[in-house]
Amino acid sequence: MTSQKDGSLSPHNRLMTGAEIFVRSLVEEGVDIVFGYPGGAVIGIYDALHDISDIKHILTRHEQGAVHAAEGYAKASGKPGVALVTSGPGATNTVTGIADAYMDSIPIVVFTGQVALKLIGNDAFQEADIVGITRPITKHNYLVRDVNELAATIKEAFYVATTGRPGPVLVDLPKDVMASKTHFDYPKKIQMRSYNPHTQGNKKQIEKAAELINKSKRPVLYVGGGTILSNASEELKALARKARIPVTTTLHGLGSYPESDELAMGMLGMHGTWYSNTAVNYCDLLIAVGARFDDRVTGNVDAFAAEAKKIHIDIDPTAISKNVKVDVPIVGDVKHVLRDLLPLVQTLETKDWLQTIRQWKEEHPLRYRNGKHIRMQYVIQRIGEMTNGNAVIVSDVGQHQMWTAQFFKYIHPRTHITSGGLGTMGFSLPAAMGASFARKDIPVISLSGDGGIQMNIQEFATCVEYKIPIKIFIMNNSYLGMVRQWQELFWRRRYSQVKISSPDFVKLAEAYGCAGFRATQTDEVDDVLAKAFAINDGPAVVEFKVVKEDNVYPMIPAGMTWKELMDVPEEELKGVEGEAPEVEELVILEKG
Amino acid sequence: MGELTALPAPDGRDRKHTISLLVENKFGAFNRIAGLFAAKGYNIDSLTVGPTEDDEISRMTIVTRGDDSVIEQIMKQLNKLINTVKVADLTYESFVERDLALIKVQTKPDTRSEIMQIAEIFRAKIVDISPRTVTVEAVGSEQKVDAIIKMLKPFGIKELARTGRVALKREFQGEVN
Ligand SMILES: Cc1ncc(C[n+]2csc(CCOP(=O)(O)OP(=O)(O)O)c2C)c(N)n1
Ligand SMILES: [Mg+2]
Repeated sequence: MTSQKDGSLSPHNRLMTGAEIFVRSLVEEGVDIVFGYPGGAVIGIYDALHDISDIKHILTRHEQGAVHAAEGYAKASGKPGVALVTSGPGATNTVTGIADAYMDSIPIVVFTGQVALKLIGNDAFQEADIVGITRPITKHNYLVRDVNELAATIKEAFYVATTGRPGPVLVDLPKDVMASKTHFDYPKKIQMRSYNPHTQGNKKQIEKAAELINKSKRPVLYVGGGTILSNASEELKALARKARIPVTTTLHGLGSYPESDELAMGMLGMHGTWYSNTAVNYCDLLIAVGARFDDRVTGNVDAFAAEAKKIHIDIDPTAISKNVKVDVPIVGDVKHVLRDLLPLVQTLETKDWLQTIRQWKEEHPLRYRNGKHIRMQYVIQRIGEMTNGNAVIVSDVGQHQMWTAQFFKYIHPRTHITSGGLGTMGFSLPAAMGASFARKDIPVISLSGDGGIQMNIQEFATCVEYKIPIKIFIMNNSYLGMVRQWQELFWRRRYSQVKISSPDFVKLAEAYGCAGFRATQTDEVDDVLAKAFAINDGPAVVEFKVVKEDNVYPMIPAGMTWKELMDVPEEELKGVEGEAPEVEELVILEKG
Repeated sequence: MGELTALPAPDGRDRKHTISLLVENKFGAFNRIAGLFAAKGYNIDSLTVGPTEDDEISRMTIVTRGDDSVIEQIMKQLNKLINTVKVADLTYESFVERDLALIKVQTKPDTRSEIMQIAEIFRAKIVDISPRTVTVEAVGSEQKVDAIIKMLKPFGIKELARTGRVALKREFQGEVN
């Protein structure tokens, strides 16, 4: 304890409550926005937060919304997202968001209130064992049992969340700990004897990888979200372009490589492009970069790139050899590894291979037949064209999500945000809210289905209250479309509980106090989009009444192989029955 | 007692592995490890935990079964836990292992001496005795403890408590005991 000359304690060393220390620690971490919801167990923390102008608090309308907002903020900014909620129901409402962040490796720190230490285990009012509940869905979690450990625990929580393979960290804060006092001293350094993620790849392994690359004739780069998490887009571009290797990305890899580039092949996997799946099937070398061989990518793993040698670069050793045996595993941060790899690779003779892929692109492009009735593909394509790829597009889960992946041309990293691993309906709206605090420079778009939007629709109010200028696009096909598609294709068209009704979204938007528009025909789409993009002082809701029974293609049915790949059906090429030919056209989207 | 054996080539067959790990004595650390085995569906034959020379650290010895790829995942997953300081698979190294059992055996006047003879053969101790029971303390490798239990079973085992395997890597590459 240091004291001033006059004997009083220096302001820095006066005793502070846990609540004050909490707030000061967030400021030390550079946190400027917190998404949260108050309650009895955190009332002291909210009192301390009241005086702090460095931190903006956004009161969501549900704790799930707060966690998704923190995720959206983290994904768009690359900085950790923060959520603060009360004990018991406040804490349990965060579970879905935490599980979502865990599956998608999103760095967030969730602070939960807890009953006083001596009441823990007593079934006290609003007690839930949130540390126990979230143990399998957090990267790590803490119960703070002594105010003297608080600052160091917060420091450690942010460190663990953001380093190595990022992920959610939960810190449980008992009410009495937050009320007791101690000196505030934010640790400068982290000292953890048990956690030490390594970022550099093994030199020998990198040399082996270079050898394989230099020998290959038909290489493919298979790029996942790890590349974006590691901010390695520039390194990826340099490698692909130097060696002349075509690039396919996973759902979370979208944006890591510009889809305007001729080496780009769009997404792979269940709803990936025909040509990326085909290229992966015929390649002689697959270079997995920050990807994890997820079953939505591989289908039947035994047949996935079966003939190819495989290199796997990932920071998480458990991701390697988990689903697929690889020839050269490299554990390390993608950015570092690609940097070390670049000087060792040569410009490859891939002219024939690239020519073959170009031909596949021409024979089996992404396409749809546009007519009077709105196709979601068209709306998404128009959003891409009107923004030139300079927008953050946050999709929900379902058919519209897959079309968003296919028909928007991604140019920049962190412009595509979605719930991939967990597939959480209701993610888009709150995540877009969070993203909009990270990106004021370009439009942020929430794109949901009529089902998913109704899962967190309460956040309309948050958008209005804080004048959050996001575009809320609702693709209304009157169905839980993706489930309906599976029932149509694999369950003999027995539509069980997939028809879903909705409120009048335009009136609802107005009731919440924001602008609402609707388009019911294709020729109205541009107009409502322009109207929505013109609003910058708050949210704009647009409902698109789209074709009800439409299917996402290409498709590799779950667990199947490239051989079962279903391309866009013939009818799509012939035209829709009953539609006047002058209002129809076959639209083809070029990726790369 | 484990012998130094060369690493066999992966053959996809299940084997018994002895994994030794050092973990920080932090809130929930033990739950995290037990939870990992439950969540991923890994087998646990036995699991012991106890203090070490460093009071911030505990040692766990886990005996598990699986093919090479499962064991590889177990090792990586254990390593990934934030509280894990060190993980070692002792299976292919030379290591010292001990298991301790307390075996309460039913006795009749005519069987008591036979039981005591068996205990002597296994260098086990009699640690409690009553008109109807004796309690035998057996220490040794798992197989040795298995063997004495098997020998005592016909007399009627009333109660049994067993620690499960504890193990340390052997430094001296020969037999001391
Ligand atoms: C919380 C949650 N519940 C259920 C599902 C299963 N599910 C996946 S897609 C889907 C349909 C989504 O319908 P909608 O939001 O209208 O989007 P569409 O497929 O019609 O574009 C459902 C129910 C899910 N992913 N998440
Ligand atoms: Mg729908």
